[in-house]
Amino acid sequence: MADHDEQRLQPQDLGYDPNFVPDSVKSFVVHLYRQIREKNVYEIHQLYEASFQTLSERHFKDTPWPSVDAVAQYVDNDHVFCLLYREMWFRHLYARLTPTLRQRIDSWDNYCSLFQVVLHGVVNMQLPNQWLWDMVDEFVYQFQSFCQYRAKMKNKTEQEIALLRQFDQAWNVFGVLNFLQALVEKSAIIQILEQEKEGLEQFTANDGYDYNGGSNVLKVLGYFSMVGLLRVHCLLGDYDTGLKCLQPIDISQPGVFNIVIGCHITTIYHYGFANLMLRRYVEAIREFNKILLYIFKTKVYHQKSPQYEQILKKNEQMYALLAICLSLCPQSKLVDETVNSQLREKYGEKMSRMQRYDDEAFAMYDELFSYACPKFITPSAPSFEEPLVNYNQDAYRLQLKLFLYEAKQQQLLSGLRTFLKVYSTISLAKLASYMEVDEPTLRTILLTYKHKTHAVDSAGKVISNADVNFFIDDDTIHVVESKPPKRYGDYFIRQVALLQGVINELDTIKLE
Amino acid sequence: MGRETAKAQQGTAYTVEQLVAFNRYNPDILPDLENYVNDQVSSQTYSLESNLCLLRLYQFEPEKMSSQIVARILVKALMAMPAPDFSLCLFLIPERQMEEQFKTLIVLSHYLETGRFRQFWDEAAKSRHIVEAVPGFEQAIQDYAIHVLSLTYQRIPRTVLAEAINIEGLALDKFLEHQVANSGWVIEKSQGRGQLIVLPRDEYNDPILKKNTADSVPFEHIAHILNNLS
Repeated sequence: MADHDEQRLQPQDLGYDPNFVPDSVKSFVVHLYRQIREKNVYEIHQLYEASFQTLSERHFKDTPWPSVDAVAQYVDNDHVFCLLYREMWFRHLYARLTPTLRQRIDSWDNYCSLFQVVLHGVVNMQLPNQWLWDMVDEFVYQFQSFCQYRAKMKNKTEQEIALLRQFDQAWNVFGVLNFLQALVEKSAIIQILEQEKEGLEQFTANDGYDYNGGSNVLKVLGYFSMVGLLRVHCLLGDYDTGLKCLQPIDISQPGVFNIVIGCHITTIYHYGFANLMLRRYVEAIREFNKILLYIFKTKVYHQKSPQYEQILKKNEQMYALLAICLSLCPQSKLVDETVNSQLREKYGEKMSRMQRYDDEAFAMYDELFSYACPKFITPSAPSFEEPLVNYNQDAYRLQLKLFLYEAKQQQLLSGLRTFLKVYSTISLAKLASYMEVDEPTLRTILLTYKHKTHAVDSAGKVISNADVNFFIDDDTIHVVESKPPKRYGDYFIRQVALLQGVINELDTIKLE
Repeated sequence: MGRETAKAQQGTAYTVEQLVAFNRYNPDILPDLENYVNDQVSSQTYSLESNLCLLRLYQFEPEKMSSQIVARILVKALMAMPAPDFSLCLFLIPERQMEEQFKTLIVLSHYLETGRFRQFWDEAAKSRHIVEAVPGFEQAIQDYAIHVLSLTYQRIPRTVLAEAINIEGLALDKFLEHQVANSGWVIEKSQGRGQLIVLPRDEYNDPILKKNTADSVPFEHIAHILNNLS
């Protein structure tokens, strides 16, 4: 295990004593260790989520927890427990303080050791899903944080540059991706999910837990790693691959991913965002709508949880993404009333400005996209030879530029929609004069409208998401009115059921 | 980890797909993926997944990027329209790696995305060295043009069609004959303005044919009722 530089520093240098273990902390690690050994998942969860937070608030508001060396003696120097403790230790550090480069590298080493232990199948614990999700989530977060940190070369000290060169494997993008992929493969989670569909496995039914005396750790880490991979690929701008990594999970069904709220939100946020960038706006709108409704109904239950702030933040970001999707692809029937009224409140004005497609509109698209997008990263190592510059914004700027480029291509379509809603037939010549363009240009606008509103799904099938449609017959445009469908089927089924109920009641009446 | 080298011409595609599936994040497969791009070009095949995998490897190790290979990938992606493959590729090319020939391809993509076929063919003519390096390019773009025209028109003037697919005169006559024989096209004479081509009707250019799936009832709902009927 990597050395602890902070141990060699004296307490007065650090401003706190890493070897001082308050009694409450001693008691905490002893209990946690015992509960893990006895596989009491509920107790572990209480200690992990509630007690750890309380102790952090009380003793470690702006200092790290005691060093692992100081607590190891209370837990039989158990190797695996120490790895778990260190993982929590670093997570706390990242949340409350700013990690040094040395600490970032040490944290990477800890994850390597921890994941390797898990991958070797030696682990015999049952850990709460919340904890296992937090591990994967934090792993990806620290990777993102490292890339951002590394890309700010301008003010790096010589010592930092030397360390970066020496430890070039730490948070290397290949390493990160390969660990996540290894967890997916070694756990055989994809096969487990397949077999579950045929009733041969009980993974989801058991919330991922193993009731046969085994361990849930590898399986569940493998499961959450699929979401981790989706997230990493989105950070790299590779949306198609990200969605492929998520494919084994059917998000239209309840699954282990929606047991932990943080996982549920992260999954849908990235799924929706990837679909947005792939121009599958209808799919994105559908999923954002579902999750925003869910959050609206359930957020009151999470008010005390440490994830509350994150939940609120992602909620706001997804409203922004929904506003973008609906501006680029107007749909009237896909958004629930509750979500729609929230959306109007937050972004109603901005959306009407965005649909004007003038310069101000693009400033709005820019603003919303920048607010809501993931923190894109540059995965390659810096060149240490060049003049040292900050390039941490490069990845974000590229994705923003490409997004605005797409939005600009749809610039004239909004004006077209307005006219199509008013006429049932109109000649090309007349419409061209109303729109103040020549006929050939109008023809290209009409083609663009058709192309942009007919998306190609992953199977290559063409799907229309046009709210207003038309076809051209020689030189006349015929607008297709889309009537809301009369749902005869549902109505009849309801009546049949009601009638059957009445008949059943009649049957129970005995006549004299 | 066993690494399969894609040497045999026969079964090359199968082997490389496996390579990508099992070695997704392995920098060693870079040469195989580059060779596969060249194979795709010469044999007129296409694999988005393996091309994205290669662009990803270039993103991770920019010093290994080959401009020629990237240009070929971009041309292949253009040929995949209306699929958004070209954008997917652009997302993975950092600004620092941007080159003039890529910018030309971006311009071409822009024209295609916005239905400006005349400008597209003009610009493509100026960049023959890029586009002629990939066999099947012209045909693929013509297929895309016909796809968009079919979404849009029930009857289209000959001149509009000609401009979109960049075929004129006798060659166009021959092309139309072929489409009439094989794709259900019909040619009409319009008063004094040349031919009108009648395109086959489908749900995109004919409102009557659009299936109203919203009113269909899933079988489970009916089954539920049947259970309760006496």
